[in-house]
Amino acid sequence: MTESTSDKPVLLTMKNLRIEGRADETWAEIVHGIDLTLHKGEVLGLIGESGAGKSTVGLAAMGFTRDGCRISGGEIVFDGIDLMQASEATRRELRGKRIAYVAQSAAASFNPAHKLMDQYCEAPVQHGVMNRDEAERDAVDLYRRMQLPEPDVIGFRYPHQVSGGQLQRAMTAMAMACRPDLIIFDEPTTALDVTTQIEVLAAIRNIVEQFDTAAIYITHDLAVVAQMADRIKVLLKGDEVEEADTRSMLAAPKEDYTKSLWAVRSHARAEQPPVAADKVPVVSVQNITAGYGSVDVLQDVSFDIHERRTVAVVGESGSGKSTTARVITGLLVPRQGQILFDGATLPPDYRRRTRDQLRQAQMIYQMADTALNPKLRIRDLIGRPAQMYLGLQGKALTERIRNLLELIELEPDDYIDRLPSELSGGQKQRIGIARALAAEPKFIICDEVTSALDQLVAEGILKLLDKLQTEFDLAYMFITHDLATVKAIADEVVVMKEGKVIEQGPKSEMFQPPHDPYTELLLSSVPEMDPDWLTDLLRERDAR
Amino acid sequence: MGFLIGFLWFVAVIAACMAAGWLFRTIAIAVTPKGVKKELRTAPLTASFGMLVIIIYIIVAVFAPLIAPFPERAVLGAEYLPWDDVHLLGTDNLGRDMLSRLIFGARNTVGIAFATTALAFLIGSILGLLAATVGGWLDQALSRAVDVLMAIPALIFSLLLLTIFGTSILTLIIVIAIIDSTRVYRLARSVALNIVVMDYIEAAKLRGEGLWRLITREILPNAMAPLVAEFGLRFCFVFLAISALSFLGLGLQPPMADWGSMVKENATLIAFGDITPLLPAGAIALLTVSVNFVVDWQLHRASGLKE
Repeated sequence: MTESTSDKPVLLTMKNLRIEGRADETWAEIVHGIDLTLHKGEVLGLIGESGAGKSTVGLAAMGFTRDGCRISGGEIVFDGIDLMQASEATRRELRGKRIAYVAQSAAASFNPAHKLMDQYCEAPVQHGVMNRDEAERDAVDLYRRMQLPEPDVIGFRYPHQVSGGQLQRAMTAMAMACRPDLIIFDEPTTALDVTTQIEVLAAIRNIVEQFDTAAIYITHDLAVVAQMADRIKVLLKGDEVEEADTRSMLAAPKEDYTKSLWAVRSHARAEQPPVAADKVPVVSVQNITAGYGSVDVLQDVSFDIHERRTVAVVGESGSGKSTTARVITGLLVPRQGQILFDGATLPPDYRRRTRDQLRQAQMIYQMADTALNPKLRIRDLIGRPAQMYLGLQGKALTERIRNLLELIELEPDDYIDRLPSELSGGQKQRIGIARALAAEPKFIICDEVTSALDQLVAEGILKLLDKLQTEFDLAYMFITHDLATVKAIADEVVVMKEGKVIEQGPKSEMFQPPHDPYTELLLSSVPEMDPDWLTDLLRERDAR
Repeated sequence: MGFLIGFLWFVAVIAACMAAGWLFRTIAIAVTPKGVKKELRTAPLTASFGMLVIIIYIIVAVFAPLIAPFPERAVLGAEYLPWDDVHLLGTDNLGRDMLSRLIFGARNTVGIAFATTALAFLIGSILGLLAATVGGWLDQALSRAVDVLMAIPALIFSLLLLTIFGTSILTLIIVIAIIDSTRVYRLARSVALNIVVMDYIEAAKLRGEGLWRLITREILPNAMAPLVAEFGLRFCFVFLAISALSFLGLGLQPPMADWGSMVKENATLIAFGDITPLLPAGAIALLTVSVNFVVDWQLHRASGLKE
């Protein structure tokens, strides 16, 4: 990536691109005149928060808009073809053949009814680039280059028979099928674990370099874009903030907004004094073995959570983090072991717990969208626990709701009668926090509360949680797969793998060597802002 | 030439309907409160026309004794009189005024269909939501019972039950409501099954909410859209079922005016090229089409589709 790509011929230009979206029966502009130039073989990173218009601009590179959107102005020229003037047939001829698209969720983008190979062969055969036999041979070759296991036979599996990371690589291979000049990657690793993300990133970079393909790489993760892109363009609410090549952008961002993005990862919780040895933990998980059906998902899991302390439970998906939370809340009855709350045993089934026991342990969910009833107003959403547990009525209840809204830094008069659909993602998550607080609990489980949010917003949520903890002496169990979050908020860390606790201890010890090999793998897989990080890491791992 | 005139008539009627719909919507937007106004603006002309027709039917049904020129059951003259100034639509096979019976028929047929549909929804949606929320053996028991009821063809089953229990209006309503509630049950259950897995239901359960509150506050509001749409469709089916039963002689009993039996009673006239017996059928068709126009609009809104 060191050679300069800007002297190569231009592949794609967008001039003053304007896109409108339809909302409430009127058209509103969502992309306000973006200019973009992409040279052959160049990788351009598009970054920004959700709603910045990254995906919309990415799709427009194919002359395509989502339902309910339209291109209202500007021009898009791909290799001399004006996509705005071209007929739909011409554009269809380009798509899949010369411009390909890799979606965020491969699991949702593959057709579950067809084998990978059939879906791979569709584009090249349809476009008349290869016949079926050639396409199959080519697929095996690409699967091998993508370092998929058993490349000869993996194509004959159905999408549900391969893992998420493999599926994402298979999708990238599929995008390469016609050897396109341009691939649009729309957050291809966002849904993956850090350890899997590395493999996909390496595979994508490898193949893009081998075939000298140009790419637009859309992501909200700065560290990822630093590894992938030659140039970075920052978008904010449909406008360009700035554009520069990766190294100078990372070294010296010009605009304030870009600087704030860069600074996000700076939040760190102050070191807490060690807990007195004789102190009774708020929650004590003791030797829990639990599972669904005959399979044990958790094996002998134990850890303590103290007042005013945050315990981060870390691991990949499938490691049993969320199952642990389900056991603590009583949704899943363990086979063995028990949960102690303030030293007293909790009934294993939530239906047998008293109202007060239920009140003491609250939960904040990952997806605020599904955690808030879309048909209830904020007043009812956060008023209900206060009404139920504390018996507040009428004026006292309204007062309490306003109070809670102030705590989560939302203006009460503005928000009290809104529906969840009238809030942004971060605001919804704040309502989730307020709902938990309304019960005046001692202990809150935060299940990946920031993973669906943009970094700036997530930062705000973490700070808020931190503030509330000191104010109300809360104990947190913080489930996450993101080690940056752990660094920011945890006092203690529990690393889980395949239902077992691999390592646990105070944060300061966990981030210092020596590590358990798995912890080491997790730690080293977190992308860093250094553009050479991936190259160095891969060389290091190969050397071993 | 005849074809051309027919076609022009067709176009004229459609245009008139749409114009009526437009006029209705304009007036409705002017007189309704703000929240309703915004919703009405999204109504296409077809839906406006549908609403207009439904409102006219309701007015006719409610004020039937005031609107109808003659009583429902009085024999007023010779049979099968042609249309004239006294009997605007002539008389039927017993010499009763056709227009008056058509107007009273709206009251009987529409009223009973509405009561039946409401009852079917009450039974079906409560049981469906309950089955989805509680799950386990209750779900199994209810669902298998519904399967058994659905395995028997609806028309034959209702004929059978009506023969056994007699043909009073009450049994008619109950029998059709129970048969139709099985369809509502299946819909309510499948919609609720997608809702009970949401995090906010889990949160409500963990909060310690009771079953009734869980169903009425957390699940039902989110299941409303498909249920309302289904209500419109189900209403049409019930309507047709009652008319079909009446046509077969097991629905509303004479001398009550009912659109289904009115077609049957006067069917002889069709052979003479008179369209009078088809007017009740036309009234049924117009209402079902109108209801579906409105339902389509609501479904479109509920599904959140743009364009």
